[in-house]
Amino acid sequence: MKLKGSEAVVHALAAEGCDVVFGFPGGSAIPLYDALYDAKHLRHVLVRHEQGAAHAADGYARATGKVGVCLSTSGPGATNLVTGIANAYLDSIPMVAITAQVKSDLIGTDAFQEADTTGITLPIVKHSYLVQKPADLPRVIHEAFHIASTGRPGPVLVDIPVTCFLGDLAYEPATRLDLPGYKPTVKGHTKQIRAAARALREADRPVLYVGGGVISSGAADELLRLAELAQAPVTTTLMGLGSFPERHPLSLGMLGMHGTVTANYAVHECDLLVAVGARFDDRVTGKLSTFAPQAKAIVHIDVDPAEIGKNVEPSIPIVGDARHVLAALVAELEAAEPAPTRTEAWLAKIDAWKKEYALHYLDDETTLAPQFVIEEIERVTGGDAVICTDVGQHQMWSTLYFHYSFPRQFISSGGLGTMGFGLPASIGAKIGRPDKTVIDISGDGGFQMTMQELATAVNYNVPVVVAILNNRFLGMVRQWQDLFWNKRYSATCVEVQPDFAKLAEAFGALGMTVTAKDEVGDALRTAIEAERPAVIDFRVRPEENVFPMVPAGKDITEMIGGKAGRRKKP
Amino acid sequence: MKHTLSVLVENKPGVLTRVAGLFARRGFNIDSLVVGESEDPKLSRMTITIDGAEHPIDQVTKQLHKLINVVKIRDLDPENMVARELALIKVNASGAARGELLEIVRIFNARVVDVDKRTLTIEAASSPNKLRALEEMLLPYGVIEVVRTGIVGIARG
Repeated sequence: MKLKGSEAVVHALAAEGCDVVFGFPGGSAIPLYDALYDAKHLRHVLVRHEQGAAHAADGYARATGKVGVCLSTSGPGATNLVTGIANAYLDSIPMVAITAQVKSDLIGTDAFQEADTTGITLPIVKHSYLVQKPADLPRVIHEAFHIASTGRPGPVLVDIPVTCFLGDLAYEPATRLDLPGYKPTVKGHTKQIRAAARALREADRPVLYVGGGVISSGAADELLRLAELAQAPVTTTLMGLGSFPERHPLSLGMLGMHGTVTANYAVHECDLLVAVGARFDDRVTGKLSTFAPQAKAIVHIDVDPAEIGKNVEPSIPIVGDARHVLAALVAELEAAEPAPTRTEAWLAKIDAWKKEYALHYLDDETTLAPQFVIEEIERVTGGDAVICTDVGQHQMWSTLYFHYSFPRQFISSGGLGTMGFGLPASIGAKIGRPDKTVIDISGDGGFQMTMQELATAVNYNVPVVVAILNNRFLGMVRQWQDLFWNKRYSATCVEVQPDFAKLAEAFGALGMTVTAKDEVGDALRTAIEAERPAVIDFRVRPEENVFPMVPAGKDITEMIGGKAGRRKKP
Repeated sequence: MKHTLSVLVENKPGVLTRVAGLFARRGFNIDSLVVGESEDPKLSRMTITIDGAEHPIDQVTKQLHKLINVVKIRDLDPENMVARELALIKVNASGAARGELLEIVRIFNARVVDVDKRTLTIEAASSPNKLRALEEMLLPYGVIEVVRTGIVGIARG
């Protein structure tokens, strides 16, 4: 079939099962958009800023497990995608970013809207292409999807010069991939898996430390089975939230800088640490030299060999896909002689910690606690909503005060910590999961970074609910200034901000302002039932801090505000 | 310890940038890097020397492996490899010194590739250690310029 390059791109996208792309056109991208004009099975969502396109594609990918696709023109269009691509890279999210490029013969001449897109994005992509000729397009698109979605997922950038869009090629749908250097390891080493199973059987105080790899590989069922078989408690990273039901008695909640006291104590005292699809990030480990000091063995399961031994040297390294490895581990444990569980005393100790160090916050009648709003969101949605967040205090409260119960329920910028991620990501998530209520919990700071995407939500009637925990501060930085910088609030007080409810109305969304506790539930219900984009401006207590907290670089047992005092979490 | 990595990469645009970028980003210092065609026109071979004491060589090779265009990496065993480097050395050679220089060239199995009234240019292809020794021998005569290719290495047998 003879096609133009631009048509071949659209065909290849459809062949990959892509049904929605997020993008913004421009001069160099006109041929591609012309081909999209006729595409029947490919929906294009016009964002208001390319950063929104990247985050929406990212949110879509996190919510569905499919590859998210974003498009932009050359030059500024492509540079506006950069933050979103970096965000996907740090969190290992499968994404294909297609950027238009100036004509081949103009590359390198500082042409109008020319940027060295592959050069600029080199450190933040899993792989990238600068397409040389139209005939390469189908293969490159297929390779891009393959690379983005297999092994350790990540963003792949495809930069396409206008001349390639305009040229003709003979399109063949089933293209052979040409990737001699790319063979991700899926199955774990049998001997190592046996050693890990033995370690689990022999451990008195095991902890499973679980990250985003369990979600991206779809290993939640295997994890649950493993935890119950071994009677081992589970703590998750921010990226791992939702991989293990947090109402389960074996759940410890999140660990690390803003983790639960129980999770951090458990890691500190465990004699076996099993890391699955997690990378010993500094926000998790605190001071590395005192992390899990009593662990006689550390098992590290990861699909990326480079993560193993990068920060912590495991005694039992296993390279492989989390789902395959956990399934094999479960099979090993099931095949073994049933032995009495040795973890009873350990679990009792953990239960005692859970009681002693339950989360707590000041809950009075005259002010609105941000934590209360999050608890109300869980109550109103029955805990079944997909929660997206921005970055900062509200994000940490969202990890602590909502109980996640299924994979892909919690969508948040982990590694890069990108303010402005929440709203566009929630639009992508809602488009991917129209059956779910999608709530974007945001802050007044982060929301203002990408709030133009409200227009996108209204344009396509994507009914996301934005819950702004408005404290009129850039709260997380203010918290550090409060605790470690003598309360010198340099540039963290947001003196002027719009009336968010009116702003929402101006965009054509539903807008509400909530100042009192007893209005929270009703406002949430009204917004959810409205079936259109809604923004609720929750005027929360301004100087509330996130606790517990481990100061950066400290041992994770050195927590501030961990001890229950004022009010226990029900 | 110095490690010599023999890295087979796809012969495609931008591959050298990816490798160099990776080293810069991860803070690995390269002692030398040489690229040339391999026996297969679709593949190039890079010989990279790096100080293993400074960087965990395991991390270096694992990170390199993550590059899609990197096909194969071999950490050459120093006991069981041949390493060669080519140097061009321009040295002052006026008057009586010229005879002595020619004697040094002969001892080191090097060659004179250019002569004029005041200088000699010496070509030497040898192990990095021998090249260093040659350079030291030439220093007293006044070395004007040294150009070295960097090390290429191959496993024995």
